[in-house]
Amino acid sequence: MWEAIRDNHRRSWLLVSVMFGILAVLGFALGGAFAGDDGVWWGVVGATVLWAILLVLALAGGDDLILMTSGAREVAREDAPQLWNVVEEMSIASGLGGKMPRVFIVEDTMPNAFAVGRRREHAAVAVTSGLLARLDRDELQGVVAHEIGHIVNRDVSFMVMCSVMLGSIVILSEILLRVIVYGGGRRRGSSKGGGHPAVLIGGLVLAALAPILAQAIYFACSRRREYLADASAARFTRYPQGLASALEKISAQHASSREPSRALAPLYIVNPLRGMKAASLFATHPPIEKRVAILRRMAGAGYKDYDVAYRGVVGGKERMIGARTLARQGESVGVREPTATPDAAKDPIGRAHDAAEIVGRLAGLVTMHCACGVWIKVPQGSKRALVPCPRCGRDNVVPGVARPAETSPASVPAGAEHGPLQYQRRTNGWESFRCDCGRTVQLSPGLATSRVRCRGCGREIALVASA
Amino acid sequence: MTTILLALSTGAITAIIAVSVLALFTIVGIATFNALVTLRNQMKNAWSQIDVQLKRRHDLIPNLVETVKGYASHEKETLDRVISARSRAVSASGIEQQTRAESELSGALGRLMLVVEQYPDLKANQNFLALQEELTSTENRIGFSRQHYNDSVMGYNTKRESFPANVIAGMFQFKEGTFFEIEDAAERATPKVKF
Repeated sequence: MWEAIRDNHRRSWLLVSVMFGILAVLGFALGGAFAGDDGVWWGVVGATVLWAILLVLALAGGDDLILMTSGAREVAREDAPQLWNVVEEMSIASGLGGKMPRVFIVEDTMPNAFAVGRRREHAAVAVTSGLLARLDRDELQGVVAHEIGHIVNRDVSFMVMCSVMLGSIVILSEILLRVIVYGGGRRRGSSKGGGHPAVLIGGLVLAALAPILAQAIYFACSRRREYLADASAARFTRYPQGLASALEKISAQHASSREPSRALAPLYIVNPLRGMKAASLFATHPPIEKRVAILRRMAGAGYKDYDVAYRGVVGGKERMIGARTLARQGESVGVREPTATPDAAKDPIGRAHDAAEIVGRLAGLVTMHCACGVWIKVPQGSKRALVPCPRCGRDNVVPGVARPAETSPASVPAGAEHGPLQYQRRTNGWESFRCDCGRTVQLSPGLATSRVRCRGCGREIALVASA
Repeated sequence: MTTILLALSTGAITAIIAVSVLALFTIVGIATFNALVTLRNQMKNAWSQIDVQLKRRHDLIPNLVETVKGYASHEKETLDRVISARSRAVSASGIEQQTRAESELSGALGRLMLVVEQYPDLKANQNFLALQEELTSTENRIGFSRQHYNDSVMGYNTKRESFPANVIAGMFQFKEGTFFEIEDAAERATPKVKF
């Protein structure tokens, strides 16, 4: 596994070395500008030191900051069982095994997902509630597999390092620009290279071009890692169609409630920023159409199949997957069947409701279903036992709160003196029956309690589950 | 530097070269050995992961059977088959026996799910839906753990057969890994459950 990661990185490292070269050249130029010929190597050293400091700061910055700023909430297994199960399945398939990443949900209608984690032991995967509402199990699996692919391929630390490199280059270019424009005559005791126009112009060109070139390389790296994560996802799930249809669904969305910061964009599965031209040189993600086309074109699920499909779609002879990875893990692997899904779960409205319920529970709200169909959300810890429905006025019982009627007999209405009525449910769906006072009592399928109160006479009715 | 080299006799130079080459071989050898050990351990871990998931399935079944019994008590035969297949799987020992018992259990569960089709009340029950999700997930997990095991075997075998690792492997008796294959034709023929 380590070899595979290193091999894939070889091509990326090539791009990174070019960036480092730019950094070194800038250092060289700055050193020369500040301290003459002897200073050039000090300049290179200084540039490297700057980069190292920034890298340490960036790495120490931490994943929790990113999770906090995006408004992600950690979920336990009970909160979102399907999501949790899917993450666990993918960590088994990818080899993370026992060290499952933490699972987070971000409240956002725009479907998207991201992963953070410099080290595989401390990784985390986050999905938006919009994603949960829209994707079925196979598609969710594909997206989670893509994110775990990022974790396993150590893309997060790689991209952090690249962005630090980029940052250093930008800083040094700025300094070089200022030195050339303002401080040309500050050096003393140097005979060579002084205010020589060719050198000055060369320095200006360098200062102007270096950041642009470095940015282009940075985004090329980012796009490349995205393709690799797609390939990893196909391999883990053995079902590239899942990720393909997920990407199609995600790209079809345009509404967004919160636009995340530009810095976090490369972490997401799909570019979350609006207004960015998809196929530009400065896009963090490859165009979705290409990604989908490659995935749908794959004959098998292995890295070799992805490579073949990639060349088919993009054209040309460029190989996406490194040669040594192909040698080690490049065998063609078969594609599996799609997962069987219960009919109930296929319903998109039901899925959206489930996702909303999960988010509500995370926000500390208890959801109740009134018999008329309205959902009532009550903050956890509320002392109110009965909540009237805003539409029909029925009193709904808040689960888990002690009912005052049971503790203070004085407030018991007249009808209750006859003792609780017993009613046995016939079905688990909608049901209605007549109370002794003549009023119709309706029971909804989502009714959680076993006692209801008749609204006419106030009598308690104990419900017995249908046998 | 050149002055130092010229001052040495050819014997000394040969000795230095020989020592350096030996050191290089040793370093490469150690690195390769460690790589083989890592891959082999990964393979073993993947194998134990399969057992973990199989056990999970065993633990899930009693609850499932009880829930189904509540709604479909007439299907005694199918339920009993599941229960007996489970107890056989739990008590099986040895790889072949285990594999066979697990395949039988998969088959019995598949038939149970087909039977459940006829009980819409059961299919709407929240408890049952949650259990079904758990069951689907557990089946997936078993599949993925087997998949990961096979991937690890592939990686290990490939490394073992490549140069220079094949030399080290021969020296230290690194055996070839065996793929996990479901030989039971019955499991392959089990209908894919569609809901």
